[in-house]
Amino acid sequence: MSQPFRLPGGGRIDRSKPLSVTFNGKRLEGYRGDTIASMLLASGSHLAGRSFKYHRPRGILTHGSDEPNALLSVDWRPEKGAGRRDPNNRASVVEARDGLSVSTQNHWPSLETDIGVVNDLLAPVFVAGFYYKTFMWPRSFWDKVYEPVIRRAAGLGEAPEVPDADRYANRHAHCDVLVVGAGPAGLSAALAASEDGSKRVMLADEGFALGGSLLQDVTSKIDGQSAAEWVEAAVAKLDARENVVILPRTTVFGYYNHNHVAMVERVSDHLDEARDGLARERLWQVRAGQVVLATGSHERPLVFENNDRPGIMLAESMRAFVNRYAVAPGRSLVVATSSASAYRAALDAKAAGIATRIVDIRLEQDCGPELAQARSAGIEVLTGHTVIKALGGKRVKGLVVAPLGNGGAIGTRRTLDCDCVGMSGGWTPSVHLFSQSRGKLAFDAELDAFLPGQSAQAEISAGACHGVYDLKAVIEDGAKAGGGNITVEATASFTGFQPVRVLPTDVDPGKVRAFIDFQNDVTAKDIKLAVREGFTSIEHVKRYTTTGMATDQGKTSNMNALGLVAGVLDRPLPSVGTTTFRPPYTPVSFGALVGPARDELFDPVRKTPIDAWAEANGAAFEPVSLWRRAWYFPKAGEDMHAAVQRECKAVRTSVGIFDASTLGKIEVVGPDAAEFMNRIYTNAWSKLKVGGCRYGLMLREDGFVYDDGVVARLAEDRFHVTTTTGGAPRVMAHMEDYLQTEWPDLDVFLTSITEQYAVIALQGPNARKVLEPFVTDIDLSEEAFPHMAVREGYICGVPTRLFRVSFTGEAGFEVNVPADYAESVWKALYEHGKQFGITPYGTETMHVLRCEMGFIIVGQETDGTATPDDLGLSGLVSKVKTDFVGKRSLTRPDITAEGRKQLVGLLTKNGQEVLDEGAQIVADPSAQVPMPMLGHVTSSYFSSNCGRSIAMAMVKNGRARMGETLWVTTPSGFTEAVVAPAVFHQVQGAKADA
Amino acid sequence: MLEVNLARRTPAIRPAAVASAGPIRIAPETGEGRLSFRAKAKALGGREDVAGFAVDGAINSRKSDGDTASLRLGPDEWLFICPEGDIDDAMSAIERAMDGAAHSLVDVSHRDVTFTVSGQNADAVINAGCPLDLSLDRFPVGTASRTVFGKSDIVLARVGHHDFRVTTWRSFAPYVHGLLLDAAKDYAG
Repeated sequence: MSQPFRLPGGGRIDRSKPLSVTFNGKRLEGYRGDTIASMLLASGSHLAGRSFKYHRPRGILTHGSDEPNALLSVDWRPEKGAGRRDPNNRASVVEARDGLSVSTQNHWPSLETDIGVVNDLLAPVFVAGFYYKTFMWPRSFWDKVYEPVIRRAAGLGEAPEVPDADRYANRHAHCDVLVVGAGPAGLSAALAASEDGSKRVMLADEGFALGGSLLQDVTSKIDGQSAAEWVEAAVAKLDARENVVILPRTTVFGYYNHNHVAMVERVSDHLDEARDGLARERLWQVRAGQVVLATGSHERPLVFENNDRPGIMLAESMRAFVNRYAVAPGRSLVVATSSASAYRAALDAKAAGIATRIVDIRLEQDCGPELAQARSAGIEVLTGHTVIKALGGKRVKGLVVAPLGNGGAIGTRRTLDCDCVGMSGGWTPSVHLFSQSRGKLAFDAELDAFLPGQSAQAEISAGACHGVYDLKAVIEDGAKAGGGNITVEATASFTGFQPVRVLPTDVDPGKVRAFIDFQNDVTAKDIKLAVREGFTSIEHVKRYTTTGMATDQGKTSNMNALGLVAGVLDRPLPSVGTTTFRPPYTPVSFGALVGPARDELFDPVRKTPIDAWAEANGAAFEPVSLWRRAWYFPKAGEDMHAAVQRECKAVRTSVGIFDASTLGKIEVVGPDAAEFMNRIYTNAWSKLKVGGCRYGLMLREDGFVYDDGVVARLAEDRFHVTTTTGGAPRVMAHMEDYLQTEWPDLDVFLTSITEQYAVIALQGPNARKVLEPFVTDIDLSEEAFPHMAVREGYICGVPTRLFRVSFTGEAGFEVNVPADYAESVWKALYEHGKQFGITPYGTETMHVLRCEMGFIIVGQETDGTATPDDLGLSGLVSKVKTDFVGKRSLTRPDITAEGRKQLVGLLTKNGQEVLDEGAQIVADPSAQVPMPMLGHVTSSYFSSNCGRSIAMAMVKNGRARMGETLWVTTPSGFTEAVVAPAVFHQVQGAKADA
Repeated sequence: MLEVNLARRTPAIRPAAVASAGPIRIAPETGEGRLSFRAKAKALGGREDVAGFAVDGAINSRKSDGDTASLRLGPDEWLFICPEGDIDDAMSAIERAMDGAAHSLVDVSHRDVTFTVSGQNADAVINAGCPLDLSLDRFPVGTASRTVFGKSDIVLARVGHHDFRVTTWRSFAPYVHGLLLDAAKDYAG
């Protein structure tokens, strides 16, 4: 029989649906409703992994998401190929499905035989703070030895090596009440909240079955029903209500401001057949009017020597395996407890036919009615006993116990043989989400627990996470949280526990390895050592020992660690502090966080209407903000340099065609349009005639250049403004900001037309010849249509705003056409232009050509600290306007002071040498370091039109340095360059303004 | 003789790109003309419409009349929609109707791309990237709002219980389209 420890009856597994998974290459059998943990136990094995630091054999500690030990690498669909494996899945929550392939982690060569276990023998060396103390020197070892070794040894599981092949979905949702957790409190809250059909209620639970602790409750009666019947009825009732959304397999992992709650739904891992396209997981972002936290509580382990041996698990978890999964965790059980609740586990195990004994740390008189009930069921109970240690290696073989005498004396040892142990040190309310919501925790000494105190958001806790443990009270508390008020009859629960931090022992506690944090391998003596070394705040102890810092966030360990620190310091527990809970509550896959934002949906890639033509014609592209722009058009065999030089020549000798569609464009309309322009730009606009264009310069309030561009006046009350490509959104926002906050009295409106018009630039001596045949209703003659003018008419039969402008120095036009017509118009111009050798050019050529003319690019020559005068553009600043944005700042002393960096040209002594953009400029390369720096190179190219390299630079007092030789850094040293005017090319023949 | 008046439209998203992902239809609208109309209350003088386009709707509402519609996106901002062939006539009529009162009228037909997203769960598809509450009582039929879809600005309008219009700028359209198609996969089965 392959499931020797499967109980013959009972449980919530579906015995009609057998299944198998691959576990470390071997077949493991179970049923629908199992987890990997319960399948492993059914096979008779507890060994589920090796510990993080000491490589100790570890078993299954819990039945839930707090599991610290049993971490598995799971390949969810091995039949579908690579990319569907992820590490560090907790065996206790992985829902069993036919075909899963799982493997244990952190061991070599095998789970059974692990070389790393030598670390366990060296444990005296690996004390708390070991890394800080050991890896200090020699310094040369930091990079070469320590880091690689630690990196290899650290971490759990192996990160996937290929891209995730699954799809992940994202979903925003809203509700009036979000109930977190579908145990007795959560179900009760959801029922109460959803009674009003107009309220939208969402109920999320991390498990695949709803019911929480009731799933393992086979004895309680609620209003005459069994727990299972009550759950079934509650779920059926909720299911029937239109206003309720039930989300099983959904972990609420983050609680943010304004009741913004993040949760992850496991959509398809459990499905035998997942259709193509179905998401693996879905990230939910819920905005809830009210949140009801019914997140339950976590059981505390007992801390004694070798308490981490496989076969030792939490008592309630043992109960879950017996009752819910119909699995016997062993044949001979000892329940070790300081808590009443563990008696229920013992009684249930006994009823399932497992030989059961109880060791209770509490004295006889401190126990409640549970004691008599256990004894009357024939269970041997040793009260007032401590556990000295566990026996066994890869499986617990027995517990050594001893009676506690007066004054701390410990009596004679006795060994209880067993093959499994259920332990309980009491309960810790799960206040993680409450704490994430920024609510204040309050310590309750009676319950030895931090409970939700002052709320920070519209949120309420109910049930065990609220410190309410008795079933009747839990259900009533839930209803109250959901806005109801009910009274139920329910079987009394065994509640109450005696907090014990570390169990008393008769040996030197300094030699005892009793684990507090199982996942990070932190023992009680590590924590004591930290306190002895002066760490008295839990936040410091945590970082020094790493307790509570593993992926389980110390769900099982935090209270034991806190209590121990408080005990050693002999201070009240709250004064030691509690740790801060941060999202995520449990680990979340990167896939779920990323969602659809990958590959082509990672970011919008903005393409112009001419992009398809450019791609078909071999363009190389470069990203410019979110746009992708044609960079250059290499012909066969050409590199970038050759292509750019050819394109530059073509524009100056015949004609080039360029896609300028990405330029920002804003239509400024209204009776106060000119006044608005006067205030936003440094130039004066009132005298610009309709049909005229002007280059405009825009400052921020601080007087520094913000953006520039050509502006056309289409009518008295209508301007067509252009901005830089990257500046378009911020210029629009800047303008709107002033309009709405400073000048709401102006009757003027802004409309973005960036994407309404595509812009085709035709530049070069033959530009007009290419354009002429296609244009109607516009007189293209020099007299009728001079440089810096705009006309409206038709091109290829469609409306155009035709600009006579130039960013190259050559005669040129910029054809604005409605975007959908652009490709068609471009093709017509290109075909007709072939007779003139029309050459498509990209952004790189555009940059070279404008540099040849000394035209700046805002963001390249400027860095947010350049004034108009620094750029040699003080002529664009109106002296007569009473005000404009930035005007006042231009008279600040530091703006008018001598010695500011000014825009100049630089010519290298060797004309073939091209300076690095960004290179620093100094007067004397032999000056003492740090040597005084004069400025830096802003633009630098090889110019075929000039037959040499050209550069622009911002240099201190640059305009006074004409002809001076300066030194510019190169990758290997310095090179000489002469300061020159920033105009390098003299346009021949038909100039832009001819 | 060179033929010069032959410019043809090349839409950002070809009309053929219709996704019938199960019950959800995602398709670009064709033949839609769009005008951005801006005017302050004092210029409108309490009138109910301008050349047939309603200007009396609440902020974030959409009023339609036959093949025209008016989306009020802000206190002084409307998006008027009409058949693309009617754009010139509509602009002239609006200019006449405003009779010199301060306003702005800009043709944005080519700037925007509108998608129809319709069918059962259309709201959930939009909620894949849009954080608005799309329940029928919070976002009723006739609502229109500027919002986001993933990393793109959109204007979202509800024209029926399961019938939405998603409008975005031209260069964002392939992204919005792709994200809508991806989200619809959840409801394909």
